[in-house]
Amino acid sequence: MELNDLYRDVILDHNRHPRNFGVLEPADASVEGFNPICGDRLTVRLKMLGDEIANIRFEGQGCAISTASASLMTEAVKGKTRTEALALFERVHRLLTDDAAPSDALGKLAALSGVREYPARVKCASLCWHTLASALQSADPQHLPAVSTE
Amino acid sequence: MKNIALVKEPRFNVISVRDDFPVLARMIHGKPLAYLDNGASAQRPTAVIDAVDDYERHHHANIHRGVHTLSQEATSLYEAARDRLVGFLHARARSEIIFVRGTTEAINLVAQSYARPLLKSGDEILITYLEHHANIVPWQIVCEQTGAKLVVAPMDEHGDVHVDAVESLMSERTRLFACTQVSNALGTILPVRRLIAAARARGIITLIDGAQAVPHMPVDVQDLDCDFYAFSGHKLFGPTGIGVLYGRESILERMPPWQGGGDMILAVSFGKTTYNALPYKFEAGTPNISGAIGLGSAIAYLGAMDRDGAHAHEHALLSYATDSLRSIAGVRIVGTAREKASLVSFVVADIHPHDLGTILDEDAIAIRTGHHCAMPVMDFFKLAATARASFAFYNTFDEIDRLGAGILRARSIFA
Repeated sequence: MELNDLYRDVILDHNRHPRNFGVLEPADASVEGFNPICGDRLTVRLKMLGDEIANIRFEGQGCAISTASASLMTEAVKGKTRTEALALFERVHRLLTDDAAPSDALGKLAALSGVREYPARVKCASLCWHTLASALQSADPQHLPAVSTE
Repeated sequence: MKNIALVKEPRFNVISVRDDFPVLARMIHGKPLAYLDNGASAQRPTAVIDAVDDYERHHHANIHRGVHTLSQEATSLYEAARDRLVGFLHARARSEIIFVRGTTEAINLVAQSYARPLLKSGDEILITYLEHHANIVPWQIVCEQTGAKLVVAPMDEHGDVHVDAVESLMSERTRLFACTQVSNALGTILPVRRLIAAARARGIITLIDGAQAVPHMPVDVQDLDCDFYAFSGHKLFGPTGIGVLYGRESILERMPPWQGGGDMILAVSFGKTTYNALPYKFEAGTPNISGAIGLGSAIAYLGAMDRDGAHAHEHALLSYATDSLRSIAGVRIVGTAREKASLVSFVVADIHPHDLGTILDEDAIAIRTGHHCAMPVMDFFKLAATARASFAFYNTFDEIDRLGAGILRARSIFA
């Protein structure tokens, strides 16, 4: 267990300069995720184009792991379909919890693999993904309340 | 950080005291453990471990009513622990000492058994801003049940609660005043003696949450003149799952039982049940026998120790830690009350407390990070979390130096 395996340069960089950080207006979905263990909050906002995530931004306050994870996530899922994004969540979740999980083809997200040595911190890294899953659900037209101008 | 040469190691022999606590010899990640999370749970001395072990190996049986030898031995050990608590808290009698799971259960017991039958819509329960969730939520629940209102006395930007501010909120509607003696989030020592006097002058019943106070100061419930006093064993170097509710006998007598079951009865028929005498009326079911014995042993351990010396040592640790942390650029201490127990809450610029906690753990330094079950206090300071180092008499100045060095290391990682 090595600290610099947890706080890799990619993580530190995305914590210092989070990508896609801030408000997204207008958004098709805006969901706040809350980690009651540490009090961290972050909001994920989505703009959908059909089934595809056309744009995604997040804001909130959290530790380096949660901020960097959210930043990396926004980069990874932009342009992906709903199904692709949820499949990626599945793979990241395995990366965070399963020692045998492969990290190939995860790109920069593989930098999160150090987190699995720190069980108390897994929720920091997964908070943004749970929030994204919830945002995708609320952006689903089938879940939207009927709105009509007629 | 070695520049504070004015603080001298007092007479109190911390090195020999450390030998009493086996876990303090542990290595974590190849480094000696620096345990600075005593506010969450203190470590146990060998005396406590041995007392529990001896009970489990040689004396365990269910207590009360058994006529065989083991049951009588277990009963004697359990009740001897109660006797020690009478002395420890300066209660009038053993009828005033009720064994519970911990502070949380003690407060819930008072909320449901004392407050709930009494409260009417429009009545008020007064607490302070500094309370732990355990001294907030049970009152919120009973307020929902009865239509009573929870009133919160303010604190200032240092984390001090002022007697006049609390007093001005005590009204004819106030039925109960519940207050912590020491804040777990900031370390503030509250002026409970004066607060209790102000409440009693108005006929208001008082409950003191002593969870953070008992490890640091002698407590005399008769001198305090409170009606209820609650604390947990594991913060007092005893086992988890055991705690104490002290209650003034005249009030306990009038209260209905909290839970029904075995041991809390004298006679049961399907038509009517006669409740047992105090304190058994409030101890339904088989209690945590080994926990009570362990807690009794912890009190005996503390009784045999130079507690004035221990107190002076803790105070020196607090001053040293406060000065050390203040000397580190980017560190801000949260909670600067006039009187504090040996606990420092702080934040480091640009480093989230959870990252700091993980980095310090790598150096075998255990601190607590988060909201400390006091979210209103965090909101007051507009923080989601702080880092908290909380000291016991077995901590050393060297451990505080290591804490400072660890913070510098974290700063260099996040620079």
